Amino acid sequence: MKLILKIWRQDGPQDEGDFEIHQIDQVSEDSSFLEMLDQLNEQLLGEGIEPILFDHDCREGICGTCSLTINGLPHGPENSTTTCQLHMRKFSDGDTITIEPFRARAFPVVRDLVVDRSAFDRITQAGGFITVRTGSAPDGNALPVPKDDSDLAMDAAACIGCGACVASCKNASAMLFTSAKAGHLNLLPQGKAEKDKRVLAMVSAMDGAGFGNCRNYGECSAACPKDISLDYIAKLNRDHAKAKIKKIFS
Amino acid sequence: MFTSSLGKKYIMALTGIVLIGFVFVHMAGNLQILLGQEAINAYAHALQSLPMPILWGSRVFLIVCVILHAWTAVVLIRENRAARPHANEIEVTKRAGLASLKMGFSGITLLLFIVFHLLHFTIRTIYPEYDDLMTTVGSPNEGEIHDVYSMVLAGFNHLWISIFYVVAMFSLSGHLAHGFSSVFQSLGIRSESWGKKLDLAGKAYAWSICLGFSIVPVLVTIEKFGFITFFETSTYSFPVALN
Amino acid sequence: MNLDSQIPEGPLSEKWDNHRFSSKLVNPANKRKYRIIVVGSGLAGGSAAATLGELGYNVDCFCYQDSPRRAHSIAAQGGINGAKNYQNDGDSIHRLFYDTVKGGDFRSREANVYRLAQVSTNIIDQCVAQGVPFAREYGGLLANRSFGGAQVSRTFYARGQTGQQLLLGAYSALSRQIAAGSVKMHTRSEMLDMVTVDGHAKGIITRNLATGETKAWTADAVLLCTGGYGNVYYLSTNAIGCNVTATFRAHRKGAGFANPCFTQIHPTCIPVAGDHQSKLTLMSESLRNDGRVWVPKNSEDAGKNPNDIREDDRDYYLERKYPSFGNLAPRDISSRSAKEACDEGRGVGPGGRGVYLDFSDAISRLGEDAIRERYGNLFQMYERITGENAYQRPMRIYPAIHYTMGGLWVDYNLMTTIPGCFALGEANFSDHGANRLGASALMQGLSDGYFVIPYTIGDYLAKSGGGAISPDAPEVKEVMESVRQRVDQLVSASGKRSSRSYHKKLGQIMWEYAGMARNESGLGKAIGEIQDLREDFNKNLLVPGSGDNLNAELERAGRVRDFLDFGELLCRDALERNESCGGHFREEHQTKEGEATRDDENFAHAAVWEHKGDGKIPIRHTEELKYDNVKLAVRSYK
Repeated sequence: MKLILKIWRQDGPQDEGDFEIHQIDQVSEDSSFLEMLDQLNEQLLGEGIEPILFDHDCREGICGTCSLTINGLPHGPENSTTTCQLHMRKFSDGDTITIEPFRARAFPVVRDLVVDRSAFDRITQAGGFITVRTGSAPDGNALPVPKDDSDLAMDAAACIGCGACVASCKNASAMLFTSAKAGHLNLLPQGKAEKDKRVLAMVSAMDGAGFGNCRNYGECSAACPKDISLDYIAKLNRDHAKAKIKKIFS
Repeated sequence: MFTSSLGKKYIMALTGIVLIGFVFVHMAGNLQILLGQEAINAYAHALQSLPMPILWGSRVFLIVCVILHAWTAVVLIRENRAARPHANEIEVTKRAGLASLKMGFSGITLLLFIVFHLLHFTIRTIYPEYDDLMTTVGSPNEGEIHDVYSMVLAGFNHLWISIFYVVAMFSLSGHLAHGFSSVFQSLGIRSESWGKKLDLAGKAYAWSICLGFSIVPVLVTIEKFGFITFFETSTYSFPVALN
Repeated sequence: MNLDSQIPEGPLSEKWDNHRFSSKLVNPANKRKYRIIVVGSGLAGGSAAATLGELGYNVDCFCYQDSPRRAHSIAAQGGINGAKNYQNDGDSIHRLFYDTVKGGDFRSREANVYRLAQVSTNIIDQCVAQGVPFAREYGGLLANRSFGGAQVSRTFYARGQTGQQLLLGAYSALSRQIAAGSVKMHTRSEMLDMVTVDGHAKGIITRNLATGETKAWTADAVLLCTGGYGNVYYLSTNAIGCNVTATFRAHRKGAGFANPCFTQIHPTCIPVAGDHQSKLTLMSESLRNDGRVWVPKNSEDAGKNPNDIREDDRDYYLERKYPSFGNLAPRDISSRSAKEACDEGRGVGPGGRGVYLDFSDAISRLGEDAIRERYGNLFQMYERITGENAYQRPMRIYPAIHYTMGGLWVDYNLMTTIPGCFALGEANFSDHGANRLGASALMQGLSDGYFVIPYTIGDYLAKSGGGAISPDAPEVKEVMESVRQRVDQLVSASGKRSSRSYHKKLGQIMWEYAGMARNESGLGKAIGEIQDLREDFNKNLLVPGSGDNLNAELERAGRVRDFLDFGELLCRDALERNESCGGHFREEHQTKEGEATRDDENFAHAAVWEHKGDGKIPIRHTEELKYDNVKLAVRSYK
C-alpha cells in the first residue's frame, strides 16, 4: 500500500518543531506501524534525509516504550493496543497519517517523536513502592490475600507506564497512571502500612511534575493499551481524601 | 487539604453537591407557580420571612459555594492549559461526551445567568418597578406581600429573557449531566460497575432540572402568543409589569 | 586465563552457607566509601542496584532505556520457579536443582545451580512482600502451575506477565533507593567500554544517548547485568535494543566468554511475515496443550488453504515421531522437527517457514468458548499480528531465538575473569548449562541480584579493598579517547548501506548456519561470510547525522559492529563444540532417530574464550564440570 505520512520533526527540547511530509510505497499490510517507520527510515537514508526518531523497544506491547499519537489518538485507532502491535492492515491504501509525539508539558520532546517520560519515574520514586528490606520478607504464604483483592491489584499493576493516558487527556493529567500505581499497592495488605504516606507523596510528585488536573473525561482509560479502569482514579481520590483528613486530625 | 490537584477537585465536588441540591430545591419551589398565585406567593413570603441568620446565612453560603466553585474552576482550567501547551494537530475524542468537554463554557454561561437572574428577580435592578408589585393573595394575614407570581409572569413576558433563561437551563443540564456523576468520581465513591447507572441518573436529573426550570418561561411565552391560556393574567397587580 | 570456579568446600547443600560464613564482611560504615557501577536495570541489575544501595553502597546504575522499568525482563510471560513445595507434590530444593541440571543437559555447574534452587524460595517471599500480584487461590494463598514439562507445580505467575510484575517489584525497590539517594540512576546511557587498571575493573565509559555526551565513571567494582545476545540473529524475541556490546567490550578487556553457542530456540513464535519483519513475537508454549502441530504431507499442498487439505494429507509429525510426548515434546526437539519439515518444502505461510498449530480438534471436543477462555488473549494477539482468525483456520508458528545460555564466564562469586567485574543474570553463563528450563530465567536474574551479589561483592571489596580511581586518571582518559574515536569513526561513515541492512544480513547468516541445527561446513562458511560482511561494514556503512544528540542509526551501528565480532565467536564456539547438547545441535552428532547425542567424555566442560586482539583467533579454555551429586543421563522423549 501507498501512504502519505505527516510526521512531527523537532531537533531538540528547545527547538520549534514542525511537520514534514513523506510518501512511502509498497508498505506491507502485515508490517507493524513501527516496521512501516523502519521502512520509511531506510528510504530517508537513501534520500540523504536523517531518519525519524521514535521510541520503541520490546515491540510486543509490554515494555511501554513506544508512543506516538497517530491521527490524534495515542497508540493509534485500535483499542487495547500499543503502537508496536498496531498493524498496517488497519489503514487503507492512499491514507494520510499524521504522527505526533505524546504532547504534555511534563513530557518534553527529546527529539522528533521521542519524549522524556521521566516524570513517571519521579512519581514512583515518591512512593510507588513497599518498604521491604531484601531478605527480611516473611514466608510468601504468611499473609493470605483475598483473590478478589489480588486480581484487582493485578488489573492495576498491568499498567506499562507508556503515557498514553497523559497524551490522550485534554489536560495532560497523569491520574490514571498514578492511581494505577498507587492502587496496585494500596489494594494489597502488604501495602497498607504505607498507604496514606504513599498517596500523599505520589499525588504531590504528580502535581510537581507539571501534569494537569483530572476532569473525569475518561479519555485516558479509553486510550490505555491495558484498559486500566477509571475506578483506580476514584480509589486514589478516596484514599487521598482519607489520608488528608487523617493527617489533619492526627 | 485543598491545595493539591485532588484538593481542588474536592472543592469542585463539595460545592457541586451543594449547588446540585440547591437547584432542585429552587426548582421545586418555582414549580409552585403552576399551582397558582396563592401558592407561589405564600411560599416566597415564607422564605423571605425566615429568621435573618438563616435567610442570610443560606444566601451567603450559596454565594460562597458559587464563588469557590467558579474560582477553583478558573484555577484548574489555567493549570490544565499550561499542562498541555501544544495542541495535537488532530484532536480526537474517544469517550468523553460533549457535556464533559464543555464544562467551562456551560459554567461561564451559568455564572452570567446567575448574575442576571439575581439582578432580575432577587435584587431587581433591571426592572426596579417589580418592587412595587404587591398583593394580599397568598399572604398569611391581611397585610400586603410581594407578588412573586406577577413578577415572574411579567419577567417572562419579555421574549429575549425567556429565551436566555431556557438557553441557560440547557447549559445547566449539560453542566449537571457531567457534574452529577463527576462528584461521585472526584470523591472516590463511583465505580464502573454502577457508574453507567450513575451517569444515567445524572443525565435524568439534569434533564428534569432543565425541564422544571424551563417550563415556566416556555408556558408564559406560549401564552403570550395566544396559543394557550394557563396563567391568570387578569390578576396582574400592575399593567406596568407587562411592559 | 584463570578459571578457578571458587566452589566452596563441603557438601552441596552446605556450600552456600559455608561460603557466606567464610566471606569477609564490609563494615557498615565503610560501605558508603565504596562505589559500585551496575550496568543494566532488568531483574538482575535492578535487584542488585536496589539491594546494594539499601546495604549502604554508593551505586550508579545505567540503562539504555528511558526508564529502568523497561528492561526486557519485562517481556517474560510464563512464570518463576520456586522450590516452595506449596502444592505438597514432592518438590524440594534438591529436585529443582536436579531438574535444572538435567534440563541444562549437564553442562552447568552443580554448586551454582544448587544455590539457585536454595534461594529460589527467598525470591518468592521477597517478591510477595514487595507487592508482586502473583496469582492466588480462593483461600488467598499463592497459586502454582506446572510449566515447561516439569512434573511438579512450582511455577509462580502473574497472569501472562510475570516478567513485568517481577521487574516492577525490583524497579519499585530501586526507586526507593533512588529517592533515598543511595542509587543514582542514569537512563538513556549506554556502556561503550570498560576501564581496567592492572587487569582490575575500575569503571566504564558511557554515551548519553540523548545528548551524545561520552563520560567516564569510576568505581570499586563493575556489575554487568546487560542480558543476552539473542539479537545477533537479528530476528529474535528480544527487544530491539538488546545488544552484546557491554559484555563483549568486557570480553575484549579480558573477561572470558563462556559457551556462546548455547542459544535457546522457542518453538511457538509467530512466523516471519516478510522482509519488513523487525522482531518475533512469542506465543505461550501452553498453546501446545490443546493444539496439534502439522504440515501437509505433500509439498504441493503447502500453498493451499489449510482447511482444504484432507485429513489424510496432513502429517502430524510430532505425534508420529514422539508418540508418548506428541505435541508436548521439549522446545529444542519440536523446534528442530519444524525446521526439518520446512526444509523438506512442506512449510506453510510466507516463505514456507511455518507449521500449523491446529485447534480444530480441541474446539470440536471442548467448544470454542472453552478454548477462548484458555487462550483468548493469545488468539487475539495472533489475530492482531497476522490478521488471521485462529478459531477458523490453524495458527502458523515457527521457532525463534529466545534466550542465550552462554555469557561471560563467572566463578561462584559471579566474578568474571576480570577481578572487580561481575556478571549477573542472562549476561553470565552460570546456571542453565546448554538449555534453560521454562520459568528459570526470572529466578536466576533475581537470585543473582537480590541474594548472591550482596554477599560476594562484600567479600571482594573487603579482601581487595576496592580502590576507585579518579575519572581523570590516564587509564580512564585512554579508554575514553578510544571510545570517542570509535564513535567519530562510525559517525563519519558515509558509505551506502544502513547498519540495519548489515544486521539483517548477519542475522540471516547466523540463523542459517548457527541456528537450530549446525554442522561443521556450515559453521566454517558462516565464519567466512561474517568476516566478509565485517569488511564490507567497515567500508560501506552509512551513518547519518552527528554524535551530539539522539541518533538511533549511530547506536545501532555500534551495536551491530560488536555483533559482527561476536557472531564469529559464536560460530567458532559452535564449531569447536563437537557434540550435540541442549540448544546446541550438531547434525554430525545425532542418533538414527535424530536425537542429540552428547559427548560427556570430551565436552563435559564450559568453553571459555579469551580475546587476543582484532584479527587474531581467540583462545578456547575449558572449565571442567564435575558432577558429584547427579548422574549424567540421556534425555529421552519417545
